[in-house]
This record gives sequence, structure tokens and C-alpha cells, in this order.
Amino acid sequence: MTLAESDNPSLTQTLLYLDGVSVSFDGYKALRSLSLILQPGEMRAIIGPNGAGKTTMMDVITGKTRPDEGEVMFDGRYDLTKLDEAEIATLGVGRKFQKPTVFENHTVEDNLLLATKAPRSVRATLFGREDPKTLETIDVILATTRLADHRARIAGSLSHGQKQWLEIGMLLAQDPKLLLVDEPVAGMTDAETAATADLLREIAQDHSVIVVEHDMHFVRELGVKVTCLHEGSVLAEGTLDQVSADPRVVEVYLGR
Amino acid sequence: MSARLNQLGLAFVVILVVAAILVPFLSLAVSSDSAFYLPPYLVQLLGKYLCYAILAVALDLVWGYCGILSLGHGAFFALGGYAMGMYLMRQIGTRGVYANPILPDFMVFLNWKELPVAWWGFNWFPYAMAMVVLVPGLLALAFGWFAFRSRVTGVYLSIITQAMTFALFKEFFRNDFGFGGNNGLTDFKDLLGFSVQSASTKAALFSASAIALIVAYAVSRAIIASKYGKALVAVRDAESRMRFLGYRVENYKLFVFVVSAIIAGIAGALYVPQVGIINPSEFAPANSIEAAIWVAVGGRGTLIGAALGAIAVNFAKTFFTGAFPEYWLYGLGLLFVLTTLFLPKGILGLALRDSRARSGPKTETSPIALEEGADS
Repeated sequence: MTLAESDNPSLTQTLLYLDGVSVSFDGYKALRSLSLILQPGEMRAIIGPNGAGKTTMMDVITGKTRPDEGEVMFDGRYDLTKLDEAEIATLGVGRKFQKPTVFENHTVEDNLLLATKAPRSVRATLFGREDPKTLETIDVILATTRLADHRARIAGSLSHGQKQWLEIGMLLAQDPKLLLVDEPVAGMTDAETAATADLLREIAQDHSVIVVEHDMHFVRELGVKVTCLHEGSVLAEGTLDQVSADPRVVEVYLGR
Repeated sequence: MSARLNQLGLAFVVILVVAAILVPFLSLAVSSDSAFYLPPYLVQLLGKYLCYAILAVALDLVWGYCGILSLGHGAFFALGGYAMGMYLMRQIGTRGVYANPILPDFMVFLNWKELPVAWWGFNWFPYAMAMVVLVPGLLALAFGWFAFRSRVTGVYLSIITQAMTFALFKEFFRNDFGFGGNNGLTDFKDLLGFSVQSASTKAALFSASAIALIVAYAVSRAIIASKYGKALVAVRDAESRMRFLGYRVENYKLFVFVVSAIIAGIAGALYVPQVGIINPSEFAPANSIEAAIWVAVGGRGTLIGAALGAIAVNFAKTFFTGAFPEYWLYGLGLLFVLTTLFLPKGILGLALRDSRARSGPKTETSPIALEEGADS
């Protein structure tokens, strides 16, 4: 692996750069020449109807899906199309799934322990000792994600909303440069949704975040730049008001 | 791992230590008229059960904690057994039917003139023991490297492990392959200079099996208790999540698969001198499936449950194949169906459930949660 920063001087200030990315599955074009630029520290909301390519875009960024063509650069120096999931995660890209995916049989604390930034090799986990700093990190994250009282609980017994927060907490523990968050408020109550918006705004203070969301109310609450995808490419970009005033976006959402 | 399971584990180790001391005593020091006397055939039978228990612990380590349902663990067991069998064959020397000092009888019979390379060194015990570990370990390494890198999981992985053991089954049947063909290796005389027929050797092999089971359990426990073990369970429950956290899932699976294969090989090596024969039927796909049944019946993901399951099912097998030989396979099938339906956590699940009911609310998570969400 040639992932050392010195080997690979940064070409731009852009954190994430997608250019002309296309992906097709058995002839179905999930992404058509998609281009997207994210600056360091930016939070971006991605909206779009079902099948617009939002999840496929996340799959491409995290190395789960290889694009047929196009460029995906991270931090101005890493070509993500050549790396696999574990390498991309190690570079500092964290991902939250649509459905909360936590380790159901582990305690909340162990979930975070597995996520914290630490050597990931078999030898390190088999023989390594826990860094005392790790426990401090876990304490901070438990407080941030409002799970401090549930530390010793088995994650499988948490409520839906708590699982979503735990998963976001695991991303924080990973301390990535970029967080990809897929529909974080699906299935949440209004109070939970509001709390999640607060949580994401808090996280966005020192991380770059991409949030994919259907819930317009929630996107408005985030108050960030919005990109609307349609049939695998960018339809409109701007503030939520600008985007939702765009006649093409209205057409896509309300149908022809 | 629950505190209750730890207590049971401790009791398990204590019982094995007592057995390792008591069984040789009852077999060798007690007069054969006494009610407590253990005849050598019983010692040998118990020792065989312990070897199966070691195999079950090995299988539980990969299946219960990493979700890899290997239906080919019998192959690793048999390979360890063959390595030991080859040592025992070379110890026969001129006492064989053809009295050839170098070549085992079957080679003389096949008119072979010299010892095949694969047999070199097997007259030396340390070399043979190294092979007991290396052959299953390297096969598991090669097999796992390809399977896990290609992300073969679930039922597909189970099927190719069956194919692996079946291929070896066919191969070992061939006389040309050089390991005794259909008849396998048998007619052993002595092990490290002690007659394999004598009561004292049988008692020693029993104790060695008990100690090996304790060591296999302790090593597995240590692995499970480490952060690696937590990561392993996490791989079992949400593999994609682990990948996106930056873990090399294939390396995690590969390590535990190799350790498990080595434990299975050691079990096979202890088994062969006790039963006195190793032949290709040990590679039969059904054997590996039976091992999975022991683990399921005992309670997977508990280690001691797997060991107890192996002992209980084989005890029942000994009894039923004696009493109603034609019905045993139906009985085994029925046992598996009933366990799956009514005891999803096996016999040990019963013991653990009782304690949990007493000590507060239980959680509703299944021990082997399916990987969800990651692919949506």
C-alpha cells in the first residue's frame, strides 16, 4: 500500500471529488456521469427520489462498488476506485447504513470499543492492550450520543433511535474525515429527529458530512447546501429553498 | 460471555482434571473384581468421546463465534489422524506381515520398492507431530485464503467445505495416492515404545485427550475473550459494518479457521491410536455434518456446550447402535430437528436460560443474528 501522505502530495483542497462517475448493474444505469465536490468541513444533504442513485453513490465512495468509469478522489490524493472498504475506512471515511447496523450481541461500550481508532490487525487485537485514552474517547462519545446511561446494555436491546445514535457514535469513534450518513432519521419520532439534527450539526463542526435523506423537514432543520440527484446524476444544487424552487426538481418529486 | 457460562467452564475444566487423574487410577490401580474397575475398552471409548469433544470445540470456535458453518472439519480431523497413523505405521518395522523394515505392509503388497517422499521423516515422532499441526493448518490456510478473499459466506461456504472433504475422501481411497487406499492404516504396534494395546497406554491416551481438551478450551476461551474475539463476533453479526470500520474481515476469519483446523487435527491425532485405525471413511461428508449436529445439540457459541454435545450424542450413538442399530440414523436426524425447533441454544442453552430467568430480564437477541441492513 502506498498510502503514506508524503508519497502522495495533495493536489487540491477538495476533500471529496467525484467526476463523471458511472455505474451500471446488468444494463441498468444507477449512476450517469455523476460529479460532486465536497470541501473540508462541509456538511451536504443529498436528496432525490427512490432510485436516484444515492446509496450507489455511497457504495462507490466507500469501495463497495467499483465505478465503470469516472474519478473518485479523496483528500486530493487518494484514488478511491483502487482501494477496498477496509483501506478506505482507514483513510478516514465512515459510513452509516440506512438500517441501523450495530453489533447486536455486544454491549454499547464494546460497540464503541471496536469502532475506536486503533490498530486493526489480527495481531494487534489478539495481543494488544487497550489504550487508556480509548476509554476517555468512549466516555465523550457516550455523552455526545446521549447513551451514557446505556453503556453496559446489549446493543440489541436498544430502541431504534438509540441504535441509530450508537451507529453514529461508532462513526465518531472511528474519527473519520468524512462521514456518510444514509437516512439517519428514517423511522424516528419527531423528538428523536430533532435530537439527531442537533447531533449531526454538532458533528459537522469538526467533520465533513454527507447526509442522504428523504425527510425534507429534517433537511431544512440541518440548514446546509443541498444536492438533488435524479436518475444517477445531479439535477440541482444550492440551498434547500433554491433547490425546491427549481421546476425540474418539483417535476421529479411530484411526477409528470 | 456471561458469568454463568464462566462458572460452568470452570466446572468443566475441574471435571476434566479429575477424570484425567481418576480414570487411569480406576483402570490400572483398582482390581478387576472391584465395582469401580474401568476395563480398557471403556477407557478407550471415553477417550474417543473426548477426541470428538475436541473436534466439537474446534468447530464451535468457527461456527459459534464467527458464523462459519464448516461442514468439512472432519477433513482436518482425519488429516491429523493420518499424520499420527503414518508415524504408527513406521513404528511397526519388521513386525509387519512382510517384515519389511522400511515399507509398511500395504506398500510391499502393492510392489512398491521405495518409500514415497510424503512418508519420509514419519518414523521420527517430533516430525510426525509437526505434521499433525502443519498439514491441517496449511490446508485451512490455503482453503480459507481463497474462500474468504472471494467473500464466500453462508451456505455456499458450507457447501465448498463439504466438497473439500469429499474430494479428500475420494483421493484417499485411491491406492496410488500412497496412504493405504480403502483399508487405510491399521495394525499399529506401539507409540513412543509403548504398546498401543496395553491398558496403561490406553489410560495415558485418555489423560492426554482430557488435557488436550482443556488446552483447546482454554486457548479458544482466551481468543474469544480478547478484543480479537469481540471483533470476531462482530464479524459474525454484521460483516459489512466491520469492513466499513476498517477491519480486514478475511484475515479475521482466516486466523480463527486455521486455529480451529489445527485443534481438529490434534483431536484426530489423539483419536487414531485409541481406535487403532484410520481410513478414508473419516473424510466422509456425513462425519463432518455429524460434528455440526453435536455442536448444535450441545449449544453453539458456548464451547463447553459443544464438548458436552459431542459426548452426549456419541454416548447415545454407542448405546443405540448397540440396542437398535437400524434406527440410529433416524434417531440422530430426529434429535437434530427437535433441537433446532425447541432448543435453539442447545442443551447448555437450557442451563443458561434458567439462570437468566432468575437474574432479571433477558434480551431477545438471537445468538446468531443474521447480517442485516448492510446491503440495503
